[in-house]
Amino acid sequence: MVAPGRLERARAAAAAVPDPEIPALTIEDLGMLRDVTLEGDTVEVAMTPSYLGCPATLLIAQDVVAALARAGFLGARVRTVLAPAWSSDRITEAGRRKLLECGIAPPERGALRPGLFAAARPECPHCGRAETEQISAFGATPCKALHRCLACREPFEAFKCH
Amino acid sequence: MATTSITLDAAPSVLALLRQADDALVLGHRLSEWTGQAPLLEEELALANIALDLIGQARALYTEAGALTGHTEDQLAYLRDAPQWRNALIMELPNGDFAFTIARLLLVSALAVPFWHAAAGASHAGIAAIAAKAEKETEYHLRHAAEWLIRLGDGTAVSHRRAQDALDALWPYTGEMFAADAAELIAARVIPDPATLRPAWEATIAATLARATLTRPEDGWMQSGGRVGRHTEHLGHLLAELQFMQRAYPGATW
Repeated sequence: MVAPGRLERARAAAAAVPDPEIPALTIEDLGMLRDVTLEGDTVEVAMTPSYLGCPATLLIAQDVVAALARAGFLGARVRTVLAPAWSSDRITEAGRRKLLECGIAPPERGALRPGLFAAARPECPHCGRAETEQISAFGATPCKALHRCLACREPFEAFKCH
Repeated sequence: MATTSITLDAAPSVLALLRQADDALVLGHRLSEWTGQAPLLEEELALANIALDLIGQARALYTEAGALTGHTEDQLAYLRDAPQWRNALIMELPNGDFAFTIARLLLVSALAVPFWHAAAGASHAGIAAIAAKAEKETEYHLRHAAEWLIRLGDGTAVSHRRAQDALDALWPYTGEMFAADAAELIAARVIPDPATLRPAWEATIAATLARATLTRPEDGWMQSGGRVGRHTEHLGHLLAELQFMQRAYPGATW
């Protein structure tokens, strides 16, 4: 019989793990946390990687195990769940707000629109204007692109719609 | 003594997974060779990102294949000799100039997008899950390659000539991408039949080449052999670098 509150504590500990590349956001904000279960004394965390090749995925799994150990749950396991695939639509409202606060434009909503040459034009996270242009579809991490605001001239990163 | 070399039984489902995994890893490795040498900083990031996506796709596919053969993803990548690799020859050709690298990425991605889109509906849960991710990643690769090829083709006389030369040189390697030899798996909807995706590929290539003011080469004799392990000399050189650590220090970990 699982003591009431233990699962909630385990869940809270896992949910609070920050993303190593965008530490303002937790894995829950990013929608990567799928499920937390407790069997006996062992916690299992189901996680969905944002990108198949994202090097942060392994580090996040290690951070989750360490966070649970600090919360008193030793020997936690992390299970990778690929289906249904992660999408940027899984980023929570809190996550979108935090992205904006650290100067990263949140992703467009809705699945990536097919089409060869359509590029997203996110609003500038600094001045809020819509006149922006993409510098490069690929940025410092797999999940971000580089843009520039044509109004305030500031460059900024945008979370890719994915 | 650590295992130094593995040979796989050629079960159709294993080969189908290895075909896609080897395509992704070999092209990803080729793109990673641009790191530190790309023509501009944004391109440095872009090619490294695309390489990373492809290597990530390969890892997931090797994990699926390894579940069938009893190997880890690393063993499949590092312990097979060239005749055991199933990638199409177009993936292993050296990078050439930037136009060649971009033209190849276009020719490959224009098929990868409809392939993964179709594979997302596969009856094999593992392949379907990987495909759903890979499709979205590959959309970005296709868009990037198409935008660059248009800039090169519709650019200067030199960039136009180099882009056309690249297309002409690569064209005989495109036929192999559509070859299907896993009829049972296709019938069981485990993997899509690439031949049925040809019209979508042709449409993407035609639209891009028209804007790039480039000419679609004539279909002639097509190179093949990669899917049955008969490779160009280039794959051996690529593997010599990719597999060096595990060959020199078998079983090395970190």
